[in-house]
Amino acid sequence: MNFPSRLVEDAVNEFAKLPGVGRKTALRFVLHLLRKDPAEVEKFGSTFIRLRQELKHCHTCHNISESEICDICSNPRRDPATVCIVEDVRDVMAIENTNQYTGVYHVLGGIISPMDGIGPGDLSIDHLVQRASSGTIREMIMALSTTMEGDTTNFYIYKRLKEFNISVSTIARGIAIGDELEYADEVTLGRSIVNRVPYEKTIAAK
Amino acid sequence: MQTNCLPLPEMFLQKLSLVNFKNFEEAELAFSDKVNCFAGPNGSGKTNLLDALHYLGLCKSYFNPLDSQNIRHDEGFFVIQGTFIADDGAEEQVYCGMKRNQKKVFKRNQKEYERLADHIGLFPLVMVSPADGVLISGGSEERRRFMDSVIAQYDKNYLDSLIAYNRVLSQRNALLKQFGENRNFDAAVLEVFDAQLAGKGKPVYEARKAFIAAFTPIFADYYRHLSGAAEEVAITYQSKLHETSFEDLLIRSLPKDRIMQHCTAGVHKDDLEFGIGGYAMKKAGSQGQQKTFLIALRLAQFCFIRDTGKRMPVLLLDDIYDKLDENRVKKLMDAVCGKGFGQIFITDTGVGRIQELFENRGIPFRLFEIRSGKVNNQLKELPSE
Ligand SMILES: [Zn+2]
Repeated sequence: MNFPSRLVEDAVNEFAKLPGVGRKTALRFVLHLLRKDPAEVEKFGSTFIRLRQELKHCHTCHNISESEICDICSNPRRDPATVCIVEDVRDVMAIENTNQYTGVYHVLGGIISPMDGIGPGDLSIDHLVQRASSGTIREMIMALSTTMEGDTTNFYIYKRLKEFNISVSTIARGIAIGDELEYADEVTLGRSIVNRVPYEKTIAAK
Repeated sequence: MQTNCLPLPEMFLQKLSLVNFKNFEEAELAFSDKVNCFAGPNGSGKTNLLDALHYLGLCKSYFNPLDSQNIRHDEGFFVIQGTFIADDGAEEQVYCGMKRNQKKVFKRNQKEYERLADHIGLFPLVMVSPADGVLISGGSEERRRFMDSVIAQYDKNYLDSLIAYNRVLSQRNALLKQFGENRNFDAAVLEVFDAQLAGKGKPVYEARKAFIAAFTPIFADYYRHLSGAAEEVAITYQSKLHETSFEDLLIRSLPKDRIMQHCTAGVHKDDLEFGIGGYAMKKAGSQGQQKTFLIALRLAQFCFIRDTGKRMPVLLLDDIYDKLDENRVKKLMDAVCGKGFGQIFITDTGVGRIQELFENRGIPFRLFEIRSGKVNNQLKELPSE
């Protein structure tokens, strides 16, 4: 692709870095922005700058947050002794949508997959163990995807948590294997959190 | 010889029609429900007819995994159609169509399949081919694939375990590679993968062990029958898991795994040892003995698929005189024309000798002469009486 201007080319390259956006689509976006009011485009750009600069991760649970401690962790009506372990922020959103869960979260930031270069050190597992060692947590619920990598991560976390006096459970999922939390319907997901089962029982069944 | 106690519902291929499949521009064949022979010189296309049947049964070519390469030169598509007739006279139409640069279309009774896997097992078949030689001469993966394909036909959980095992194996290998490259080691993560690998690998090992134990006597019977000889043949399942638990095996092989940066022990290293008179078949077996061994292997596979499946499989025998003498071919025909076998398709280069082979057997028999992609329909038909 030959561009009439270096500025256009740079803008196209930036859009093309987004997932699912090719160079043709990127060019459409750029030409669209050029037809807009400069003030409108300014707002568009600054929204993302503010998003990146001002949004933090909660110091307690790693959920995205505008303050040091997120709204869920700082809510006095949530039970801080029950922690639900999830892969990423989308899972928090899905579980919150069910209105069935009153505990708090721990966002791992991914699951263990050496093929993708992700080991336990790349996730917030050490911090999870630290939280567990504080003695204030009664139960941890693992709500990771039902893939092989999800199983691996569950098993690894279970082994790390075994030394503490915490009951470790996993959500009972009536969802077909491969369906992620994000796509599960709210009723099913809500029910599966209420009907969680001790993790030990699930390894015995394997 | 083991035969099925209950008569299986027979299902035979009555008609086959081809358009632009390999070297056939157009062909229409009507078959006997027992023996059908395709005779013709090398390169005439007789094996391609067997391959068309392979498509109807297993949705793919026996020889070429690239569907588009099975389209006739300079044409845009191929079509294979078969009409099967059941015991009660009911007709089943199977259609396989392939257009260049498009997805293969597979239909049963005009209804397209969403998943090809749903078709597999409906019209089971077993192919005996000169290409089977790779089972003896090739690497261990050929023999594992043989075991896996037979077991997967009757044990639905087997394939799931195997796929899961391979997934964990790739993850564990990636982990070992990282340890090597970063010069570090994390026993806690490795333990998790070891437990998963053992959990998925054990059922694979148990299933293979049970399969070989049941398979070997059937196989040995066929070998004895075909060869008429006293030499003892054996199939031995080789696995390090015979001596130790999966967990121990992984612990013991860890030092080597770390050096090699991949998993050096487990069911992915299993093998079958083929023996004759106490020696390795590959080295000690003559060409004739090896060929007899392979045919016995396929016939035993046929019995397994028949006895664990829902329908009598079709048997395809490609190039029956390949490395076999007159006497062994006769014995092979005695076996496959007897009880426990259904419809059979045979290829050979000689029209005369194949006719002779069946003339006095008193079973339904049709002979087709094949010449460079053309079928001289039904050269000879013998009545069933
Ligand atoms: Zn938080």
